[in-house]
Amino acid sequence: MTETIAPFRNEQRETKFSSVQFQQIFRQVFKTISLPLAGIAIFLILWQSVANNIVTSLGQFPGPEQVWEQSKNLVAEHQREREKEKKFYERQDERNAKKLAKNPDAKIKIRTYTGKATFFDQILTSLYTVAFGFFAASIIAIPLGIACGLSEKIYQSTNPIIQTFKPVSPLAWLPLVTMVVSALYTSEDPLFEKAFLTSAFTVTLCCLWPTVINTTVGVTSIDRDLVNVSRVLQLPSLVHVQKIVIPSAIPMIFTGLRLSLATGWMVLIAAEMLAQNPGLGKFIWDEFQNGSSNSLGRIMVAVLAIGFIGFLLDRLMLAIQKRISWDKQAILR
Amino acid sequence: MNDSYLLISQVGIEFETDDEPFRALQNINLPIQKGEFISLIGHSGCGKSTVLNIVAGLYQATEGGIILEGKEVDKPGPDRAVVFQNHALLPWLTVYENVELAVKRIFKKTKTKAEMHDWIIHNLSLVHMDHAMHKLPGEISGGMKQRVGIARCLAMEPKVLLMDEPFGALDALTRAHLQDSLMEIQSQLGNTVIMITHDVDEAVLLSDRIVMMTNGPAATIGEVLDVKLARPRDRLALAEDPEFIHYRQQVLQFLYEKQKNPAATDDSGASDTGEPPESSTSVTTEENESDSSSPTDVVSLKEVATQEGKKTAAA
Repeated sequence: MTETIAPFRNEQRETKFSSVQFQQIFRQVFKTISLPLAGIAIFLILWQSVANNIVTSLGQFPGPEQVWEQSKNLVAEHQREREKEKKFYERQDERNAKKLAKNPDAKIKIRTYTGKATFFDQILTSLYTVAFGFFAASIIAIPLGIACGLSEKIYQSTNPIIQTFKPVSPLAWLPLVTMVVSALYTSEDPLFEKAFLTSAFTVTLCCLWPTVINTTVGVTSIDRDLVNVSRVLQLPSLVHVQKIVIPSAIPMIFTGLRLSLATGWMVLIAAEMLAQNPGLGKFIWDEFQNGSSNSLGRIMVAVLAIGFIGFLLDRLMLAIQKRISWDKQAILR
Repeated sequence: MNDSYLLISQVGIEFETDDEPFRALQNINLPIQKGEFISLIGHSGCGKSTVLNIVAGLYQATEGGIILEGKEVDKPGPDRAVVFQNHALLPWLTVYENVELAVKRIFKKTKTKAEMHDWIIHNLSLVHMDHAMHKLPGEISGGMKQRVGIARCLAMEPKVLLMDEPFGALDALTRAHLQDSLMEIQSQLGNTVIMITHDVDEAVLLSDRIVMMTNGPAATIGEVLDVKLARPRDRLALAEDPEFIHYRQQVLQFLYEKQKNPAATDDSGASDTGEPPESSTSVTTEENESDSSSPTDVVSLKEVATQEGKKTAAA
């Protein structure tokens, strides 16, 4: 008898214990989720009430409901397009197989599918473009920033130029970049499209400055004692940079990179609109030109997507910084 | 004088300031024999650190120069290792890697990998830090960090070991431990050491000679005291030793009668050092100076604060 009761009691105690735990977890989750959720709810209500009162020539300004509707449409369109593409290739393969069956030496043609780029294709293109521009900028900006931080002379001679170019809007660069790209990039079999290069270089030009400036500040504010250690040891410059300068400046370098990436992502949308490079900017522009009653809703979907992707990009940089940084205890925000 | 191992000869230095150049040091002459342990003591702002930095080659003397083993030195180099007040360990490297950085730099050509490894371990065990080799500086206490700082310098086998208030940032107990460790190491290795201190007991306990500096500006060497206490020295036995008390008295007399503590004007640097800023009420007076070691601790904080202030002003 007792033997059967004992495990029963135990079980009871365990469930009791886990329910306490559950409550704790629940409270934690409630705390971390409820406030942001409340904020979002208030925002949605405000948005809806404002949207109801604005009527444009393309119809009512989209509220949350219409935007939700359009985002579902965009997903559906994407799936339909993929389906079409799949069928296209199936048909092509079939045709080719038949041809080969008739005549094994027959020349077969494989055509790529040239359907309409969907919203999600555009997002991928935009991400690819911004990544290209951002990497190009970082490869230039980090070494330049380190050089400026280490040498007063280099800093003095480059600072006026940096300060002058820093506030220039991407829209001012774009026509110049467009002309330069079309003049210089005249390859027979281009690896990249011109419009892509134009947008990417515009992003690069705007991405450079926050990284250069923050890296410079990071390098100049290295602990004097550590610099003196390096001097006493007579570390060669390369070892000095590698062992002392870069680890010290990592937090500031990442601050710069995050600012740069945010700038780049903003700049990209504008550049894509004007350069007619496929991407989110072009999507918005096309929808705007299209002028259907759904356009505003679809643009709004794009706006939210841009914001959300920007946020994710920043989180990504933060995650990379956490991995690279030596100080695992540092609170990164 | 020419047969000295290290010679500080006619050294003077001026710092550029906005109006007129500031003369910090003047006419410093000090011959040092091989294996000697020298303490530099003086009030805050008198330029002790500046002397050390000139010997290290981190500052360039305006006049005069440093001669080490018959050759002039005016650049920093591993033959003059510096133990910094705030350990100056690279926080992203482990204890072992911090020492390794120095060892690799100096013995890359003369020692094999295994020899270098043994040498690093040997030096860490000299300062009793071999148990925490793979910890980061952020994970060990202040006293332990300073031990590693010392190990890094010892591992460089420098001709001269320069210590800039090495125990200034530590609490009294930790400081006593480290002083004992340093004496033990010194008895084994017989390094030539110049140490800056603001602690009279520390100076008498550790040194062969105590160099007392006058107040700045244009500070110079006031008196040099030979400490002829037999080694090994034991702090407990010495506490009541009349000879020890006599030496101590002489240093205190120099500092508080001949060179009165200059008015505490420069407190602004305190916040930079991370030291608690000292309130004006705790400025030491001559009366309570001689009865215990704690008032010297108060002086030490003041010293650290103003020293830092001076450094930043000079830079």
